[in-house]
This record gives sequence, structure tokens and C-alpha cells, in this order.
Amino acid sequence: MATATRYIGKAMKRKEDPRLIQGLAHYVDDLQFAGMLYAAVIRSPHAHARIRSVDASKARTASGVVAVLTEEDVRGAIGMIPCAAQIPGMKAALRPVLAAEKVRFVGEPVAILVATDRYLARDAADLVEVDYDPLPAVVDPEKAIEKSSPLLYDQFKDNIAYRWELEGGDVKKAFKQADRVVKQRMVNQRLIPVAMEPRGVVADYKPGEKQLTVWSSTQIPHLLRTQIAGMLGVPEFSVRVITPEVGGAFGSKLNVYAEEALVAYLAMKLNKPVKWIESRRENFQSTIHGRDQINYFELAVKSDGSLLGLRARILADIGAYYQLLTPLIPTMTGLMICGCYKIPAVQIEILGVLTNKMATDAYRGAGRPEATYFIERAMDVVAAELKKDPVEIRRKNFPQPKEFPYTTPTGLTYDSADYQKSLDTVLKNSQYIKLRKEQAALRKKGRYMGIGLSTYVEICAMGPSSAMPAGGWESATVRIEPSGKVNVLTGSSPHGQGQETTFCQIAADLLGVSPEDVLVIHGDTAIVPYGIGTFGSRATAVGGSALYRALEKLREKLAKIAGHQLGVDPGKLEFLDHKIFVKSEPRKSMAFGEAVGAAYVAKTLPPGMEPGLDATAFFEPSNFTFPFGAHLCVVEVDPDTGQVTLQKYFAVDDCGNVINPLLVEGQVHGGIVQSVGQALLEEAVYDEQGQLVTGELTDYALPRATDLPPLQMARTVTPSPVNPMGVKGVGEAGTIGATPAIVNAVVDALAPFGVRHVDLPMKRERIWQILRKSRRAK
Amino acid sequence: MDIQLRVNGKEYQSRIEPRLLLVHYLRDVLGLTGTHVGCETTLCGACTVLLDGKAVKSCTVLAVQADGAEITTIEGMAGLPVANGGLHPVQEGFWEKHGLQCGYCTPGMIIAGAALLEKNPAPSEAEIRHAIAGNLCRCTGYQNIVAAIDYAAKKMKKRKR
Repeated sequence: MATATRYIGKAMKRKEDPRLIQGLAHYVDDLQFAGMLYAAVIRSPHAHARIRSVDASKARTASGVVAVLTEEDVRGAIGMIPCAAQIPGMKAALRPVLAAEKVRFVGEPVAILVATDRYLARDAADLVEVDYDPLPAVVDPEKAIEKSSPLLYDQFKDNIAYRWELEGGDVKKAFKQADRVVKQRMVNQRLIPVAMEPRGVVADYKPGEKQLTVWSSTQIPHLLRTQIAGMLGVPEFSVRVITPEVGGAFGSKLNVYAEEALVAYLAMKLNKPVKWIESRRENFQSTIHGRDQINYFELAVKSDGSLLGLRARILADIGAYYQLLTPLIPTMTGLMICGCYKIPAVQIEILGVLTNKMATDAYRGAGRPEATYFIERAMDVVAAELKKDPVEIRRKNFPQPKEFPYTTPTGLTYDSADYQKSLDTVLKNSQYIKLRKEQAALRKKGRYMGIGLSTYVEICAMGPSSAMPAGGWESATVRIEPSGKVNVLTGSSPHGQGQETTFCQIAADLLGVSPEDVLVIHGDTAIVPYGIGTFGSRATAVGGSALYRALEKLREKLAKIAGHQLGVDPGKLEFLDHKIFVKSEPRKSMAFGEAVGAAYVAKTLPPGMEPGLDATAFFEPSNFTFPFGAHLCVVEVDPDTGQVTLQKYFAVDDCGNVINPLLVEGQVHGGIVQSVGQALLEEAVYDEQGQLVTGELTDYALPRATDLPPLQMARTVTPSPVNPMGVKGVGEAGTIGATPAIVNAVVDALAPFGVRHVDLPMKRERIWQILRKSRRAK
Repeated sequence: MDIQLRVNGKEYQSRIEPRLLLVHYLRDVLGLTGTHVGCETTLCGACTVLLDGKAVKSCTVLAVQADGAEITTIEGMAGLPVANGGLHPVQEGFWEKHGLQCGYCTPGMIIAGAALLEKNPAPSEAEIRHAIAGNLCRCTGYQNIVAAIDYAAKKMKKRKR
């Protein structure tokens, strides 16, 4: 059965927008129920302290307060915050929902209260008296692994949570044969995701029906339901999780948080609806952070620039406790460390290090931005040392298109790619040779322009269940109503990606109906069959593939119904314009609605066919997908102030086949700008006592509209062979590909000062200091 | 305290606590939840509304300060004369140009864009970027927001002719 693509591949406007642009959408904080109570969380002001006592007596009698819970009240009643990742030999750095005995980071919840009004709840929070015995803190992972470091857990002999090692190829031989070994210590700093909507939870309990409903701003409604049921010790069927509109997440809501269980518990205990909305300050302190790795990197190279081997020793700062996927994230860095280059031998050692900070976990890219940054930065260091053009070094080490599927020494199989093509395209679009001439001319005038390149590959469409902590498949159900309207139920849980539109495009094309006839439903565990959620650039490649399979089942059934009526082979039928017809004989045709009606009226069905039109598919991907691309950035650095100005930006991305180019471009725009944040502005800073110095938007700079040049976008298309639509995923490409391009541009601008590497973020003051040192040396 | 104000063309009289923020008054008292809270410190702009025609961040305005004022929130944009009974041109621009993803910053962005076009009907790209520099978006990278406001400016100019 062929499919006409009237909507797939088209820049269709989004179906979700009308409600969002008119203020008619509902985020968690927009929900209002009669008798609703408001929760406030009492958090540790210390990075590391023993709790001597918690006295809530004053708060309990404060105006409007209904209940206060301390650790004693929930001990044994609410389970630990779950961690789904397992690494052999890892220590159990698990966290209770309220701190027991010790607090280990600033912002750790110690108590929670509810009041009749959100202002009164906050007033009362100040009345909970906690007596702390402060302990020495450690925030620097390089210090935390020293013998003299304070220990986070008395029962562990050191602060190393786990060790993960991987070796492929003959590393010793590679380094022996090298003409040169290039070494660089590199820091990929801690970032704070800062979704514009902070987290929020509303819970309501109906004691008669024994039904708990939890509305949460999450990426994973079904997994959250399973975990809340487990933490509270209630049957899973007693819990319904609804994901209302989610105001951005970027991985930070791919988690199970203490507040979700606490608010649900309070609703059950009080038989009242309870709402908790995270303040921005809480969001900085106690929603997961990302990145935070130090890599001691070594590359064995030949004089001609070919790569022989790689050694990476990575300190991954995981914070004080695991969240859902914490230990797993740095391993993604290890697996992707070779980037898009043929490196025959690798040796990787990752130490997960405990510090008195919030947990790191999946922040947009989740381990791959770090990998790409390390290898792409290292490629430029190699180019500088060998006095070669960064383009040449990259070109020399690409696997060729005919070598795909290509297996890396880290054991991954890259599905399909043409790295040369994306590089050539970005060089052409940016007029690279002209840029180099311009740069040379400006340098003579004392102006410092820099050109930075990044050729990246990422791992997406997560993923085969064998390689995922808790299932990597996705579900989709398609239900066609007797009227011919199509319901698409997806286990994906979009939060800005626009799957209501892209999934509608897929369904409309496969069934030959209008987008207006399709409704995409997600994020309600009582309606949608069990699903995994939206993260790891997986929604279209895995969730979309499940939808494709479910649609195929219904097409087959409808074709059998129509074929039976028309007396033709169902295999010859096509679906278009609300008709099911034979392409070569269009007069042999049945209206789509008529075939649907036949399935429900059930009088003229082929013998033995079940009535109804409802199909579910669970798609299990056979491999990850590996999108790739080439980004080029042009900057100018003011040598007097250290100010970096982004002048031009060129992106070439390849995410395979595309359902909606408008949305793909939007994803990359956003990702690139988050990379601008990582490269130039953002950094979660804890002081030596473990205070989060960048605890508000005042101190943590996000990119603003005025910080950016127009982004010049292009795509190449290399379909993936691992799913039916040949799509790869694009949600994280921008944060993976762009940071190194920007950094390489700044370092390139500073090359005349003898600069070879600058650590992230490249703030004005850091560059100014480097330039001052360099001038003094002269 | 008693306040009296017009919101989206409707008169309201309320008895409120002096410390109540305007954004909470709009959301919790009037039920106009299209205006969002992103930071409570004037830094993100998600709560931007028009107060007597000026874009203000309603998380750092007390409701009592709005006594006697005329307020337009995102829910009232389509009711403005410039919308001609349909969407406001800036709203339309956001839809046409994919100027939003998660939608959380969008109401504030639309208000900031509309306020700019009131003062400057033909802004340059740099002027648009400057006008929304007080509004944070974490999803779009701003490029399509700039395009959306530019679309609206051109559309409004065409209508005037």
C-alpha cells in the first residue's frame, strides 16, 4: 500500500498553538479546585549538616496552616526517590523524600506544610525551626576524591559513587605508534536547565473510589505513575497521572521528584486537593542540574593528522544523591566520545563523584554535549599543534558513507551518515575560504575574528530496551470513531515539541483524511496505554514509529473491508481525500467514512473479521539513530574587554527524513541558543561552603534575544534504516553540535595571543584575564 | 483594601490584601490564568501584561498599584480594535512563524511585541530584539519570535493602507 504524502514533510502550522497564543491552555498552576490547599517546602540552608531537631510546633498553629510533615511523619510511609540506572558496584546514594539525619545539599527538603493560601503557606514555612549541626562540605570533584576530603556518607569509605570503564582496540599500541600525544584537561561546566515553567504538582484523592489523581509537569506520566504507586505503597490502578500543558523541560522533568510523592501523600492523608508550585529559587536549587564533567583527555595522532587512539579519564560530578538517571548520563559521554571520527582504540574511565550539590541528570543532550565538546575541542587542539586547518583534520578522520553501518570501538553501531556532505555544505554556506581571508585582513588591523567548526554525531531515538534502564519502546493507539474521526493516543508526552501536529500529519497521510479529523491525545494514564515518554530525541523516531505501525494495522483492516465490498485485492487500495480506492481504476472507490461505518455496523464485514477500529502498537527500536551535522560560528573578541560578539552562525543538520521542517528548525534554533548559554554565559557556581551562588536569574545569565545573530539553517537528508519512516530525531542536536563551534571560534580568535584552550563558560572576565596574562608574558 | 480596575474591557471591584501581587490577582482572583509566573523577580517576563498601554511585569506590581488602571492580558488581546474581531496580528504572527514551542513565555512575549508595535509600527530586527530582551524564552532561540513580531508589523501596516 503506497502512501501519498500530502502532510508529511510539509511545514504545517501547529495544532496546539491557538490555545497557547490566546492564554487558553492549562499548565499545572492554572488548575483550581474547590478547597485546594497550598504546599510549601522547608529546605536546608546548609550544604552538609546533621539535623539535630525539627520543631514544627509554631508552624502548626500559624494562620491557615492545615498540616506539617517532617521526616518522622513520613518515615516508612513514602519510599526513597527512585534511581532506574544500575552500574555494577555503584554505591546506594539514595535520597529519602525528606532529609533523615543529614542534609547533603542546599535546598534539600526537610519538611513540607500545607495551608489554605499560598501566601500563608510561605509565611508559615519560616516558622519551622530546624536545628542543624553544620559539617564541612565538598563541592569540587577533584578535591572530593582526595583522601582528606569530607565524606558525604559515613558508611562509604570515599566519595566515589561508581567507576565505569570501557576499552576497545589496542590502546597501548596506538599510543606507542603515535607521532604525537595531545593532552588537554577540559571542563564541561554544571548547568541549570531553567525551563520557563518551574515544576508543579497538584494531587487529589477520592477516598470512596480510592483514586489518587496527580497532575504533574513531567515528561514521563506513566513511569511517574508506576513510581508514585510504589513509593506510596498503593496499587498502580489507584493512581492516575495527568500531564497538563508542560512549559518546557529539557530533561529536567524526566524524573521522579520528592515533591511529587509528598504532595500525593498529603492529598491522600487530608482528603483535599493539594497544590505545590516550585519557586524559581527552588527550581535552581532542587531541580536536577546538567553536565559537570572534568575530562583529562589524550589523543594519539600521526603527523598527518590521522587519529590512532584516545584516552579519557572523566570525573563526573553527580551531586549528593542519585535522581532517576543520574549515574547513567556520564556513560553516554563515554559511549559517544569518538564523535564522528574513526579512532581505532579507546580507553575510558569515568568516576561518578559525590559532592554537596544538587544531583546532575539528563539536561538536553544528557552526556552527548559533553562528549561532543571534548572531541571537537580536542580536534582543534590537534589542528593547532600540527599547524593544520581544523577542516582538514576532521575530513581526514571521517568514516565514509559506504562504511555504514559503522561500529565504533565503544560498541555502538552508527546507522547512516555522510559527514563529508554536511561539512562541505556548511563550508559552502558560510563561504569559509572568504571568511579565513577576512580574518587575516582583520588581524592585521588588530581585530580578532574567530571561526569555529563542529562536526557532530549524536545518539537519539532512545532506544533499544536492551540498552535502556526501563524499556525503550513506545506505544501508540489509533481509534477511529464511527463518525470517521481519528483519535491518536501516544505514550510520548510532548512539552513543546509539537507532536500534536507531527503525529497528526502522519495519521492524516496514512489514512487519507484531513488534519482536522485527527486528535492527538497524550499525557493521561487513564486514557493512553502505557508509554515511556518524551526525552532523548525519541518521540518521532520511536513514538512516531509506534503510531505508524498502529496506523498500518487499521489501514490493513479498512482495506480488507473496502476490498470485500469492491471486489478487489486489498493490497491494491490506496487512501487519499477520504477515499479508499484502486489507483489504476479510481472509480473503484469507497468513501473512508463508509468503510469506517461498516466496521461498526458490522453487517457487511468479510467473514471472520472482528468489528471495531482500534489498534495498538508497541514499537521496539532495533538500534539507536545517529543524527549528525556541521556547525560553523563566527565571533569577534574585543581584546580590551574580553567581550565575545556572535557575528554569524551556520548550521547544517541531518536528522534523516523530516515530518515537519518548521518544527525541526525550531528545535535546532532553541538548542543552538542553549549552547550559546553554555559557551558564553551559564554556570552553576557553588562556593566552597556549598552555597549556590547562582541561585536566581539575577546571577545565572540566560541568552537573551539581543545576544544572537540570525541563525542560518540548512539540512542534509540521510534517512535512518532503523525505523519505518527513516527519521532520526532532532530535539537535542542544537545543544550537542553548537557549543564546540562557538568555543572553537573564540579560541581561534585568541590564537594570536598563544591561546590553545579556554574553559567554559567563556565569560568576559575569563577572556580578559587570559589576554592580560598573555600581554604581560610578552 | 478595595480596588477598582478594568481588565480586558470589563470593570472589576475587589477587596484584597495589600500584599497581593497583580499577577496573583489576575490569575487567582479573576481566573485569568493565561498570564504566567516564571520567576517572581521581574527577570523572565512571562507575566507581562499591558497596564494603561504599557508592558509591565505583573509579578512585581502590587494589585493595589493597579487601582484605577486599565489592564490587558493575553486573554484580552483578541478583543483589541487592532485584532479586527480575529486574532491580534502579533498572535497571528506567532502561529504563522512558529514563534512558540512550550508556550509558557508566549503570552508575555506577545504582549511585549504588541507594546513595541504601538510605539514603533515599523521596527528593525535590532529594535525587535531589544524590545523583547526583558523576556526570556528557553525553547525557540528567539529567531521565530523576532520573525513573528516582524510579520505582525507588516500585517498591521498593510491593514492601515
